[in-house]
Amino acid sequence: MRGDPGISLVNQLPVAQQIGQRLPNSLMLAGFTAMLAVPLALFIGVTTAMRQGSRYDRIMSTLTVSMVSVPEFLIASVAVLILAVKLRWLPALSTVSDSMSWLQLAKALAMPVLTLTLIVVAQMARLTRAALVNTLRLPFVEMAILKGASPTRVVLLHALPNAIGPIANAIALSLSSLLGGVVVVETIFNYPGLASLMLNAVALRDIPIVLACAMIFSTSYLVLVTIADVLAILSNPRLRKA
Amino acid sequence: MTAADNTAPVVQTRRKRPLLAVVGMTVVGFWLLMAVIGPYVAPYTAAKRVDLDFFGPMSLAFPLGTDYLGRDMLSLVLYGARYTIGLALAATVLACIAGTSLGLLAAAVGGWLDAILSRALDALVSIPSLLFSLVVITIFKSSIPILIAAAAVIYTPGAYRIARSLAVNVNATDFVTVARARGESTRYVMFTEILPNITGPILADFGLRFVFVILLLSRLSFLGLGVQPPLADWGSLVRQNLAGFVYGAPAVIAPAVAIASLTISVNMIIDSLQLRRPSAMEGQ
Repeated sequence: MRGDPGISLVNQLPVAQQIGQRLPNSLMLAGFTAMLAVPLALFIGVTTAMRQGSRYDRIMSTLTVSMVSVPEFLIASVAVLILAVKLRWLPALSTVSDSMSWLQLAKALAMPVLTLTLIVVAQMARLTRAALVNTLRLPFVEMAILKGASPTRVVLLHALPNAIGPIANAIALSLSSLLGGVVVVETIFNYPGLASLMLNAVALRDIPIVLACAMIFSTSYLVLVTIADVLAILSNPRLRKA
Repeated sequence: MTAADNTAPVVQTRRKRPLLAVVGMTVVGFWLLMAVIGPYVAPYTAAKRVDLDFFGPMSLAFPLGTDYLGRDMLSLVLYGARYTIGLALAATVLACIAGTSLGLLAAAVGGWLDAILSRALDALVSIPSLLFSLVVITIFKSSIPILIAAAAVIYTPGAYRIARSLAVNVNATDFVTVARARGESTRYVMFTEILPNITGPILADFGLRFVFVILLLSRLSFLGLGVQPPLADWGSLVRQNLAGFVYGAPAVIAPAVAIASLTISVNMIIDSLQLRRPSAMEGQ
């Protein structure tokens, strides 16, 4: 146990160096996606929970169920077809290098980030809605309604703070499922990230790289889940004793 | 768990939606049938090049167009049904049998066995499914038995959690206590007393898990790591024809739509029969 991932079996370069080149790209992709997806999912989740059973809720829930049960590559391919091939707004391939200006970088990242957001948002919004709906059923919410608080106030001030734990959990779970999306998206857009490094290594059976990448992905998953647990404990004093 | 568990069961008043269930079952039934008889009803042999043109449009001779080699897409999709559905079904059945049996065992025996099983499977559940399968494929090389085994192993803990949490509740009821007092074996308690009382949610979970396995295997095939050529499931078909996307070829869209129709239909059946439990979403 020395913490050194060793040397690649295929190109004889140190694994740490190869990962070092790719990791920032993947983190950038995941970071921008999270910045876009989390607020959007919260918005959809909260608004659908507020208007349960309305037409808006039904349309959104059909849409999100479909998105969840469709493979990522279908969503990604359709996004490419529409935005890059038909409308020609954005480049279909995204290569990233150090010498690019911010604007070029934003343009190169736009397609993968948009696609990933589409993939993650559905699951996140569903789980958020479910968590909030569960909270809205509790007696104290009924009390707040009976007191005459407006629906917006009830949801935002009474229900939402109590649903933070489950919602944080939902977001952590969906963000960790980002991995599947990242692998597919990096492949489709030819994006030089960690997932495509791992995928090439799997095809070449380059075990040191695969193991190192797997470790990074698993660790980030565990970190996310731990943060969600801590948030749940912080938001709910009753959990602090356990 | 929550206060809701202590109250009397609420009578279902929400209107059921049999139409969605019928549509879902028709689509799922159709694909299951095609998985068995697909190659016999396909208009051409899958590997045969029937058209000189590649990425051909939809036509009377080739209802779903032709692929990147000029092969008939409809035949390829019908042949592929066998791999997509067959592999996923095998893996899901294995995962559900293993997960449910272990869950029943943990609930019926309890104590240290429950603790060990739960912790061990918790450790497994913390590995993302795609990651696990990628590592397994690196080590063992992709083949059909390996794909089934990897998918079965990674989806067992989810089935276990559901079965255990349901079985623990049934295990605490009087009739189970009576059966134990009668001197029935653990096996009898597991399969004759507890199992019949939890079949509904277990079946819903089976459907959901089936969808996850289909998505996982399609994703692997799409990445070129799943079913290997010359065999092709729907995920491989999408991968092979991805270049045709710019021409708007039906060859890319057809297999992807096939996957989507199957997974959405299974979801529709579960939804409209209201079998879905909130915790069923957690297991991934």
